[in-house]
Amino acid sequence: MNLFLAVAAQAAEAASAPVAQESGNLPFLIVGLWVLLLSVFVGFEVIQKVPPTLHTPLMSGSNAISGITIVGSLYCVGKDYPLSAGILGLIAILCAMINVVGGFVVTDRMLGMFSAKGGKK
Amino acid sequence: MLGMISMKGVVELAYMASSLLFILGILKLGKVKTAKQGNLWAAYGMALAIGATMLLLIARGDWNPRPGEWAYQSHALAIGAMVLGSAIGWWMAVKVPMTSMPEFVAFFNGLGGAASMFVGLAEVPRAVERGQTLSAEGADFAIAVMLAVIIGAVTLTGSLVAYAKLAGKLNKSRIGPLGSQGFNIVLGAVCVGAGVWGGFFAADPMGLWVSNGLLTLGSLLLGLGLTLPIGGADMPVAIALLNSYSGIAGMTTGFILRNNLLIVAGSLVGASGIILTQIMCKAMNRSLTNVLVGGMGESAGGGGGSKDEGYTKVKSTSGEELAAVLDAASSVIFVPGYGLAVAQAQHKVRELAGLLEKRGCQVRYAIHPVAGRMPGHMNILLAEADVPYEQLYELDRINDDFKNTDVVVVLGANDVCNPAATNDPKSPIAGMPVLTVWDARTVVVVKRSLASGYAGIRNELFQMDNSLMFLADAKKALEDTITELKAL
Repeated sequence: MNLFLAVAAQAAEAASAPVAQESGNLPFLIVGLWVLLLSVFVGFEVIQKVPPTLHTPLMSGSNAISGITIVGSLYCVGKDYPLSAGILGLIAILCAMINVVGGFVVTDRMLGMFSAKGGKK
Repeated sequence: MLGMISMKGVVELAYMASSLLFILGILKLGKVKTAKQGNLWAAYGMALAIGATMLLLIARGDWNPRPGEWAYQSHALAIGAMVLGSAIGWWMAVKVPMTSMPEFVAFFNGLGGAASMFVGLAEVPRAVERGQTLSAEGADFAIAVMLAVIIGAVTLTGSLVAYAKLAGKLNKSRIGPLGSQGFNIVLGAVCVGAGVWGGFFAADPMGLWVSNGLLTLGSLLLGLGLTLPIGGADMPVAIALLNSYSGIAGMTTGFILRNNLLIVAGSLVGASGIILTQIMCKAMNRSLTNVLVGGMGESAGGGGGSKDEGYTKVKSTSGEELAAVLDAASSVIFVPGYGLAVAQAQHKVRELAGLLEKRGCQVRYAIHPVAGRMPGHMNILLAEADVPYEQLYELDRINDDFKNTDVVVVLGANDVCNPAATNDPKSPIAGMPVLTVWDARTVVVVKRSLASGYAGIRNELFQMDNSLMFLADAKKALEDTITELKAL
């Protein structure tokens, strides 16, 4: 975690410096790449030592999180997008929502099997 | 105007909170005690993100009917699609039996990829309407659209192939030219070509649709081509990798919509998938490239093959003998493999273990990281049968204990306990960490036939002096043994 904090501190410093100098907005690409860099790092740090027992639930739980595209697909059904985009957006909503709900519920079911046993012990 | 800006600020804060919930949720998912809570937190994060987005869209008037074109209420349709999707997802998640978990994880994963692909494609009609290239909104935007479509489509069809293979509906490694590495390179080139054309050069409706249609088709085929050669037993790697892809696809849509939450959530999943992939590759002592190319060839694996490999000194056994051997043992280790999952024998193992424990015998389970068809497959299977997870031991923790163990019962596993991995440097699996079951006093291998596993190599374990072969379906074998043991 120490390494992560050090990198995060450096990144925050580097990210804030140009903003202060130019007093303008950074292009989204740069902000997005910073966010990407740090999130990947957090991802690696957080998942390093997961016991094998939890590999499947971790996979299906994170799989449900990848359904976050639901947020993106909601934007596609807005008035900024023409009808054909809206239809694609609706299909995306449907797919993402099955992914999200199915993923979380299935993970909960699997983990329920672990905790039920913990209770008996 | 001010009201809109502050609404955007509130939504950004909500997105931040849901990012935090995702991170903490995944962190908690990594520990047995907090895993259930972690999953809930991640689900709350998702609910918050969806709620905040809907609020923003309603407040900004994005969901108002579009004059002249949107003759319908888009919010009603969007909410309808959400409700329908939730209902289907819920229904499937509740109905799916635990034994089919690998294929359903793959299936859900594919839908996540599909969603990203469609979000990317939705930018095409918008560009058509504006009469500009996609890159008119920035080169990064055009590239993000291209990547979302490619990675999303590969995730979709790749996961569907994984689903079909895991469900036993498909065991080919080629369909026509699909599946050959040469054709994959051609498809990759088509995708990049079509993507560059569609992202940077096409500005007319025809060009935009044709190029991006070609991109989509090429990517869908590429997903098939990349996943077909991967053998059934390599599926733990494939699923972990596809899981990672679905995250990366989600991340790229973050760059399309300029939304940090999508980037955070997507890259978290991408990173976790990559780590799992690494763990799985390491457990097989193979490089990712080797797995992806399908170097081991294709076979049913787990004892489903047909030819005997000319074993000469095999000693066969039966339920009666196994019961007697187990009755005399004071320590037993079960080694489950894919054959156990196929036979759905997890409850029978638990029953047998219970009988042995009543006789004062110590029972443990040795779990190889790649046993089964997805990461952690055996753990889930045994958990369903109420096997306490304290009895499940990883390879590193149990390998030294085999020599002090009376009886090891191998249930439908093969390559994960092949001595060739340590003894024969020329073996294809040389160097793969294996369970050293042969150190135990007696090894009983329950297997449907003497055929080799997916690696297609002999297993000398079968004819070692201290090993007995019980050639039967795992469930049938365990049932026989339980009956005999009860009679003793």
